[in-house]
Amino acid sequence: MATPEYTARELMVVCAARQIRDGERVFVGMRLPIIAFALAKRTHAPNSIGLFETGIMRDAPSKELLYTMGDAPNITGALWTTRTANLMGLMAAGEVQLGFIGGAEIDRYGNLNTSLIGDWRRPKVRLPGSGGGADIASLSQRLAIIMPHEKHRLRERVDYVTSPGYGYPDEHGPAGVAWRRRVGLPRGGPAALITTLAVFTFEPETGEALLQSYHPGSSIAEVQEQTGWPLRLAPGCAETVPPSAEELRLIRECDPDGVWTK
Amino acid sequence: MSKLTSMTEAIARYVPDGASVAMSLALEPLIPYAAAHEIIRQRRRGLTLIGPISDILFDQLIGAGCVEKITAAWVGNVSEGLAHCYRRAVEKGIPHFVTVEEHSNYSIALALLAAAHGVPYMLTRSLLGSDIIRQNPTFKVIEENGQLLLRVPAVRPDVAIVHVQRSDGEGNAHAWGNLGICEEAFLAARDVIIVAEEIVPHDVIISDPNRVLGPCFKVRAVVHEPYGAHPSAVQGYYNRDHQFFHEYHVQTRTLEGFEQWLQEWVLAVPDRATYLEKLGRQRVQGLALREHRYAAPVDYGY
Repeated sequence: MATPEYTARELMVVCAARQIRDGERVFVGMRLPIIAFALAKRTHAPNSIGLFETGIMRDAPSKELLYTMGDAPNITGALWTTRTANLMGLMAAGEVQLGFIGGAEIDRYGNLNTSLIGDWRRPKVRLPGSGGGADIASLSQRLAIIMPHEKHRLRERVDYVTSPGYGYPDEHGPAGVAWRRRVGLPRGGPAALITTLAVFTFEPETGEALLQSYHPGSSIAEVQEQTGWPLRLAPGCAETVPPSAEELRLIRECDPDGVWTK
Repeated sequence: MSKLTSMTEAIARYVPDGASVAMSLALEPLIPYAAAHEIIRQRRRGLTLIGPISDILFDQLIGAGCVEKITAAWVGNVSEGLAHCYRRAVEKGIPHFVTVEEHSNYSIALALLAAAHGVPYMLTRSLLGSDIIRQNPTFKVIEENGQLLLRVPAVRPDVAIVHVQRSDGEGNAHAWGNLGICEEAFLAARDVIIVAEEIVPHDVIISDPNRVLGPCFKVRAVVHEPYGAHPSAVQGYYNRDHQFFHEYHVQTRTLEGFEQWLQEWVLAVPDRATYLEKLGRQRVQGLALREHRYAAPVDYGY
């Protein structure tokens, strides 16, 4: 059977949906994760629950494509509409298994920058900031990060840690879970980095990103070319499994005009 | 006693130069654009803006030169990306530099909650290890019983501007949908300005006290301003105008483009009624509800 045609973003949605396990409570980020949540609900994770930082909890995806999580169709039919602090508080208490965020820059330890490029006293580029991103990175049990894969975005070290990943090795010990414990974070850390070219997992002991798979049409060489640190491969590193025809049908049902997935 | 007043009067009286103003508190919906535009027309200066994310509202106030300091989690255009005026101000000092006190959505909620509860700070484990707590010197990491915790100091706004679906004349206001940090800001602020889509009799409000957003004794002014949150959404009244956010994003990329936008949509428009005329009947109708979804009535009887 011929592999169906799909876009890089559609494949990213599929990879993001695969991160959601059935029954999990998921802090859903903007854009692609909203579609990934809908896809997971309709395939392998029908009992997952979506939490949106504006103060919304849903067990069924919105009936219409969302431009923002506060759009009216996301409130209609919600399980709970409430205050942001109630949902953040649940996550702080360990009740949220998976969180999604995006970023402008990331480094090999999964530290994410959405604040600024350059020196923070006099930034070269001012980006919007944390929003709820730093909270999701601090407090969820697992973090999945979605972003475009370009060499200037996947850097050896980010200019500013907005959302903590696995920190850095320092005089007190290594990066990784040990670093998160050292700075007082209660749990968590990046579990996956999904890009336009590849999927990375992370090694908890060192905090380093490992190339798990490269997307069809790309290669380890191309991923290395577009990544600012020397790649380490995960055991069993292989080509990313492409979307099925059914997955593509469900994605296009959510986003028929390709607003987010073209 | 009725607190009903015009937007012009409410801003003139309760948002002086140098005030700290919490607004855009429900995150993406219920953003008080009409109030912000009046602040710009009255040429307020030296404001501190307090909020979570602010979907182009803070960008407009920064571009218009009203703002000295930002105490917020995010300044951008949610469906489009970066905020051009914010960039120009921070990077190049156009129209002037602004001080940024970084927060996250959770930390700004906790800061307001601390003020609402009359305590100097709240504690969290969020943001530990982040550069946010190094850049914003008001945060402090403390150790308690061998555990590291972050002290989030209280933030008390002079005034919170809260857009709601409906209110009575005294400022007993009903809001529904996601609430973001509206309640925390309402409780923390010294003064509250309510901007309502609809003014309803007191009986309508007290028929459902669970839906009241905050105590009316904090409310100084109630402004009846239909479509006052456009281009953001108000559940049960109108949908978000995504195209408007797109047009703003494209047009404000250059300083000249922003100045033109500001002239066209704010400075040359004396009030919200004229703004709606300019928007046009067809565009407004395009945002109307396609179907009603009424909640089942609840019984407060005894």
